[in-house]
Amino acid sequence: MGELVTKSACEELLPLQIGGVQLSELTQTRMTSLAPKRGQEDALSDVLKGAHGMALPAVNRATGREGARAIWFGMGQVMLIGPMPDVALGAFAAMTDQSDAWAVVRLEGTGAEDVLARLVPLDLRSGSFKRGHTARSQLQHMTVSVTRVGEQAFQIMAFRSMAQTLVHELETAMKRVAARSAS
Amino acid sequence: MRVDGKGLVDRTTPVSFRFDGRAFLGYRGDTLASALLANEVKLVGRSFKYHRPRGVMGAGSEEANALVTVGRGAAQDPNVRATVQEVFEGLEARSQNRWPSLDFDLLAVNDLAAPFLGAGFYYKTFMWPKAFWEKIYEPVIRRAAGLGALSEEHNPDIYEKAYGFCDLLVIGAGPAGLMAALVAARAGADVILADEDSLMGGRLNSEVEDVDGMSGADWAAQAVAELDMLPNVRLMTRTTVTGAYDQGTYGALERVSHHLSDPQGRPKECFWRIVAKRAILCAGAIERPVAFRNNDRPGIMTASALRTYLNRYGVAPGRRVAVFANNDDAHRTARDLVAAGVHVGAVLDRRRDAPSSDLFEVIKGAEVCNTAGRKGLENVTYRTLAGEDKIETDCLAMSGGWNPTVHLTCHMNGRPVWSEAIQSFVPVEGMVPGLRVAGACNGVFSTQGALSEGAAQAVAALQDLGMTAVACDVPEAQDAPYRMAPLWAVAGGGRAWLDFQNDVTVKDVKQAAQENFRSVEHMKRYTTQGMSPDQGKNSNVGALAILADATGRGIPETGTTTFRPPFVPVSIAAIGAGAQGAGFAPQRFTTSHKASVARAAPMIEAGLWYRPSYFPTHGETTWRQSCDREVTMVREAVGVCDVSTLGKIDIQGADAATFLDFVYCNMFSTLKVGRTRYGLMLREDGTVMDDGTTACLGAQHFVMTTTTAAAGNVMRHLEYVHQCLRPELDVQMISVTEQWAQFAVAGPKARALLNGLLEDEIDNDSWPFMACGEVQLLGVSGRMFRISFSGEHAYEIAVPARYGESLFRLLVERAEALGGGAYGMEALNVLRIEKGFITHAEIHGRTTAFDIGMGRMVSAKKDCIGKTMSERPGLHGAEREQLIGLKPIGDVKQLTAGAHLFEVGADPIRENEQGYTTSVGFSPTMESFLGLAFLRNGRARHGEEVVMVDHLRGVTARCIVSDPVFFDPEGGRVRG
Repeated sequence: MGELVTKSACEELLPLQIGGVQLSELTQTRMTSLAPKRGQEDALSDVLKGAHGMALPAVNRATGREGARAIWFGMGQVMLIGPMPDVALGAFAAMTDQSDAWAVVRLEGTGAEDVLARLVPLDLRSGSFKRGHTARSQLQHMTVSVTRVGEQAFQIMAFRSMAQTLVHELETAMKRVAARSAS
Repeated sequence: MRVDGKGLVDRTTPVSFRFDGRAFLGYRGDTLASALLANEVKLVGRSFKYHRPRGVMGAGSEEANALVTVGRGAAQDPNVRATVQEVFEGLEARSQNRWPSLDFDLLAVNDLAAPFLGAGFYYKTFMWPKAFWEKIYEPVIRRAAGLGALSEEHNPDIYEKAYGFCDLLVIGAGPAGLMAALVAARAGADVILADEDSLMGGRLNSEVEDVDGMSGADWAAQAVAELDMLPNVRLMTRTTVTGAYDQGTYGALERVSHHLSDPQGRPKECFWRIVAKRAILCAGAIERPVAFRNNDRPGIMTASALRTYLNRYGVAPGRRVAVFANNDDAHRTARDLVAAGVHVGAVLDRRRDAPSSDLFEVIKGAEVCNTAGRKGLENVTYRTLAGEDKIETDCLAMSGGWNPTVHLTCHMNGRPVWSEAIQSFVPVEGMVPGLRVAGACNGVFSTQGALSEGAAQAVAALQDLGMTAVACDVPEAQDAPYRMAPLWAVAGGGRAWLDFQNDVTVKDVKQAAQENFRSVEHMKRYTTQGMSPDQGKNSNVGALAILADATGRGIPETGTTTFRPPFVPVSIAAIGAGAQGAGFAPQRFTTSHKASVARAAPMIEAGLWYRPSYFPTHGETTWRQSCDREVTMVREAVGVCDVSTLGKIDIQGADAATFLDFVYCNMFSTLKVGRTRYGLMLREDGTVMDDGTTACLGAQHFVMTTTTAAAGNVMRHLEYVHQCLRPELDVQMISVTEQWAQFAVAGPKARALLNGLLEDEIDNDSWPFMACGEVQLLGVSGRMFRISFSGEHAYEIAVPARYGESLFRLLVERAEALGGGAYGMEALNVLRIEKGFITHAEIHGRTTAFDIGMGRMVSAKKDCIGKTMSERPGLHGAEREQLIGLKPIGDVKQLTAGAHLFEVGADPIRENEQGYTTSVGFSPTMESFLGLAFLRNGRARHGEEVVMVDHLRGVTARCIVSDPVFFDPEGGRVRG
């Protein structure tokens, strides 16, 4: 009868290592958008804490850790990344499966900030954009979600269909940064 | 010539380069200008209009004469200032605006025609004779006037843009800038120090003077070394801050690899947007030339530039130098030359009270009134009370005083004020919020003053930032007062240049005033003074002083022209870095993209998406053959089409149905779970916005589809409606366009195909027309919708995008086994035209629900966006152009989109226009061209004949008007 095989958004494109910076894809991860129902933010936060160990993040913040993270994703929206969402969340939030909608990449290494400084118009210096900070912004011409997930690591999410452009832009900037740091 | 023991260039590293094909040697650290002067090349370019021989006049980014083209072919850069271009091994530069050669330029004949080419000449050519403009003046002027040329090839160079952030941006690394950066950096502030030059230090590298008991250059190097060690400091050399913008944002151009033989992947330039909480402008000042007869000969330069060549580059630009000045500062030029062993003819000082010297002759009360030497200065004539005399000289250093570099302070429309003390304009506080000014650009010309003010402004900026300065002593330095007497132009006949770059003379400015262009802004445009690459850096103050004199006003009254960004020329390639070619916009690819390309499908752009146009098979040579086959295939067997690009919006919440009723003109609250409904959405003004289907997946759960191109607009519209118009509704929505790969499976064999894949077989009872729901296929949960855009028995099947490519390949394979296959946009379009289904070709923003025959869909039972406005007079009735079908019935069998409709026998002119075609296609099913069109009162005219005229393509076809649904008007096939 045949079978359906999976293909990730950045398959055949990643991973990449250029200079001291690595770019890799976060694949096969469950992603669920949570949109709190009217006035249910606090209740949702409580259930989220109990079920997945993180509070509902404030604007421009991410909660949780690697493997189970909640990222503020826009007005009235949070992206739960990692766990299968507890059904109890459904009482307080509209849940939508977004596992396949986003290309999720991790940019890591010395120079990761310099790479993003060529594409993202935000102040991403470690003093201003700390671990657990997130933003919806643009990367060159694409709208993205950027989250600092480590001292030298960022998680970047773009529309799945734009994966090729996303990787192209990051790869180009990585090459420029590497060329500049070579003396 | 080189002067032994002078300069900061690396004499151990010679560098070879070419200028106009000739090979020369320079040293590492040289600019092209200094290396050419060291090689005694004086003639480096021709002037803009008169093609006068020109030499190097300055030593910085303000250079007006020495513009060259660097590089060859596609990568050539025109109008590069030789004074900022560093030499490197293999550098190739060429002079500009000359033909056939720099030495012998035929267009120098323009110089003889000068009386006809004065101020306003260009504008006067507009006036008479009329026919002359396009045919004679314009091409000739364009050819004769101008600077370098672009290659007109695609530029293969790498450019970059970047964003920077800091507490304090210090602009300029002279004494004021270095001091400001040191104070701020020591206090722990995040500092960016940007300087145009490759070597920080500003005038300290060009002057012979001590700072803190060491040479100025050494002190600067020491300061830079300290800053370089601090982690909170970013030093940006070769970086010109080009503009001041809102919110503490500054544009800056970094010349990253213009000085490298092999950039090794580095960009040529990087355009920075720097956001600074505070900034200090330490941009220094520019020495102004004096206007006197023939002051533009090669060998005449500013006095400070000469000191730069001598002290920084170890180059004497002449063997017998004379100085012409109105201030004490310029006397240093003579002093430094004498100390270096270069002959100084005399210092000619306009002032009778000029200081005397034991080292060189000072002729007081003297003014230069003419010069001689066509391709290089030979002598100058000067005038004193005693009469005229000549000095043999090959280099004249001139100085009319200094103009603070106030440009950046004016970029937000602030105006500088006139200072009597320095006879120039100085900034006032607060012209750019958050920007302070220190040193020479604030009119403080001594080194000591610059250091002190730099430190003081940094302390103040730190205070603004809530930081405390660490106490530090300002080093001791030269503190001579600035003594000068104004001197703009030397009286007398002949041409005295003000703007060297645009060939604007004193006479031109006076003529402008005479012809009543008396406002400084009018004078600028009439004479072109202050335009082009140097933007009047050398000439603005001088020109307006002449204008003030000519109009009998004071200089402050006359005012300055507007200083606008950028401060130096910025290449468009740098500003638009990353956006060349395909970088112009992100590309969106469906999951089936590779499989479609593998089938040789030409891809067309639909918004940012790429979609297959058609799928050619063996033997097909034209798109029409493929399209016809694909249409027939869908009508007779089964076709597969990727429809993932359509917008999909997940809508949930207790009030979701109410919300849908409000945004759609028809009713959705009555839609049952497991059913889909076609919906029409109006704009607030009552015209149609978009159409699509919405499926009810659960009690409070809907999925709306939009057209591909309108997906973003509809999402924005829904957000707007929710946030601004109906915030009380409990509704949540998010785009799921990207989550689902969705494929149309259409044709009489669609169900047979799907039943081969679905875990539970379907039939017409379990899955009737417009049913929807979850399905399992091959172990994957998907969604299925029995909807049709082809009029055939059809389904759309959706799976999570990770399975998209796999499912597409499988569906096409199965379809082919059933005598079908993949179909593209062309076939999709023909299929829907046969059925009279609309797209944005029909709902193009000017049509109403009434026009497209869906007036009755606007529910009378509820309100919706656009309903009231759609009821306005004039939006319905017989006068409206209404959607109809068209079929050619005459000799011409072709229809074209965008053509106009006329009554039979009527003149095909605008006044007789009855309507227009929106979509056409050849229908293999009906064996005819079919068209959708809008025709005045069209629904009442079915069966009438009209004439279609395409004036653009020259097609005229007699047509019959019909219902827009050509095929299967009963709709039996979708239900089968």
